[in-house]
Amino acid sequence: MRNSLFVLLAVLAAAAVYAAARIVDNPYVFFAGYVVLQFVVLATAWNILGGYCGYVNFGSAAFFALGAYTTVAMVKFPALAAKYLPEPLIAVTNLIFPLPIPVLILFGGVIAGLVGLGTGYLTLRLRGVYFSIATLALAVVLQTLVVNWDYVGGSRGAYVVRPATTPFFGIDYMEYLFLMMLALSVATLAAARSIERSRLGFGFAAIRDDELAAESCGVPTLRLKLVATALSGAFMGMAGAPFPYYIGFLEPSSAFGLAYAVNSIAMPMIGGTTSWIGPLIGAVLLGTLQQLATVTIWSELSLLIVGLLLIGFVIVAPNGIVGLLETLLGRKRTEPARAADAEGKA
Amino acid sequence: MTAPLLRVENVSKRFGGFVALDNIDLDVAPGERLGLIGPNGSGKSTLVNCMCGTLHHDTGDVSFEGRSVDGLSAHERTRLGMARSFQLPRPFASLSVADNLRVPLLYTGLHRSGAESSSGELDDRCHDLLGLVSLSHKAHKLPRDLTQVEMRKLELARAMAADPKLLIADEAMAGLSQSEVKDIVSLLIRLNERGVTIILIEHIMTAVMSFSQRLVVLVSGRKIGDGKPDDVIRDPEVERAYLGQ
Repeated sequence: MRNSLFVLLAVLAAAAVYAAARIVDNPYVFFAGYVVLQFVVLATAWNILGGYCGYVNFGSAAFFALGAYTTVAMVKFPALAAKYLPEPLIAVTNLIFPLPIPVLILFGGVIAGLVGLGTGYLTLRLRGVYFSIATLALAVVLQTLVVNWDYVGGSRGAYVVRPATTPFFGIDYMEYLFLMMLALSVATLAAARSIERSRLGFGFAAIRDDELAAESCGVPTLRLKLVATALSGAFMGMAGAPFPYYIGFLEPSSAFGLAYAVNSIAMPMIGGTTSWIGPLIGAVLLGTLQQLATVTIWSELSLLIVGLLLIGFVIVAPNGIVGLLETLLGRKRTEPARAADAEGKA
Repeated sequence: MTAPLLRVENVSKRFGGFVALDNIDLDVAPGERLGLIGPNGSGKSTLVNCMCGTLHHDTGDVSFEGRSVDGLSAHERTRLGMARSFQLPRPFASLSVADNLRVPLLYTGLHRSGAESSSGELDDRCHDLLGLVSLSHKAHKLPRDLTQVEMRKLELARAMAADPKLLIADEAMAGLSQSEVKDIVSLLIRLNERGVTIILIEHIMTAVMSFSQRLVVLVSGRKIGDGKPDDVIRDPEVERAYLGQ
């Protein structure tokens, strides 16, 4: 399927999801749906580095938080400008700010992408578990920096007040955020799918399977890994950028929460890591289950669900749902051939 | 005399106190079929790794087509025209046989041959290479579905996909039956007839003798023989050190 056709189908599917959410006519659907879509973006972004390249990133929460705190920094900028800038510049600042959500998403993506690039440069000579530990360390370092950075609220946290109106026909702000995350999900999935069958995707797969052999085939492994860390980080940052508006009050423990790191890994692992659809399946399945558990039982149960499912899939279907389906379908496909062979021999 | 395609000058490599290569000199002429032999631990694979950029030697210089390649990474050397196959096949396990060839074609082969990177050209080149190694019927299989000899052929085809001027085949026949060895030797000769210079590192003497126009012998990191195969294997030092007589 051509990429343009895929984008068209994805937009149509997104429109159907939005229409279904509107038909339900319950604001909670947008509230819960936003979280599920946020995980679609996070899981797909993680999969670009972890699934396609085979480099397991434990620091997803750091990139997500970078996006969120970029938004906080942008929201607080007019107050800072009023304090330190001359009058004409304050007037210009007031004209530009507050920035719309799409621009904040872009900013969050750029900042997290640049940090991803830097992290990649520093850590990609490490392999396997050493790389993973380094990404975990990055999350700890960034959280410590944010906790001690007063401008973005430090350990106290920061309030972000939602604007009274939205640019889209005055729809509810939560619905607007849902729409933004839906659009971002389509963009992330389209990017992941286009990478998959591209020259870049073949290079990523070669790195994942055998880095030494990839290098011998002319694949510039270090450069490609930097592209992967930057892209992955950028999409995670984009997922985090609208988060302060969603939650209203951002504190380091929520932005750097363990749930983001765990879910970003678990969702692609459960869905399947070798294709764009795996993280989508994993995120929708786990995200929905967690939202249901939060509403019906207890919010803390959600991580337990993730853990149990992850253990189950590692044992039963290590290649995730996609891998399991491929095995089952492959077996079905070969059964008629085997039967034909048997008949021929008979 | 024609300028060498590959020149190795005074290359030495140590691993701690162990001298793996000791001042190795080696010239390989364009179009040549060179056999490189030596007992286990003699430094053959270390020399290959130093040539290909997987390892960096301590002293000396490696040049390709008259240009020093010492500062270049492995992928940059591949793009210049040096390709290798591995002693133990290292296929891309999650990619099909055809996709295994697409990786070097996309990153090196198509550019080196000046072809366009269109999907049609890519498929054509892939098809040609699979035909060359008789793996067309396994194009969509995963490497795990291949036999040992097919795996070796895939390894050679993948190296050929980079459109190399020099192919270094590191023990491409290890573990194969006699008929399979003949199969691989004739494949290597066919590749050489296409203009590819080949260095064959091998333990199977019948294969080395039937393939090589020139033979180089390494023992304990030192070159102790270099010349016509029949002359080299009769050299008393080679017989003593390598053939055990």
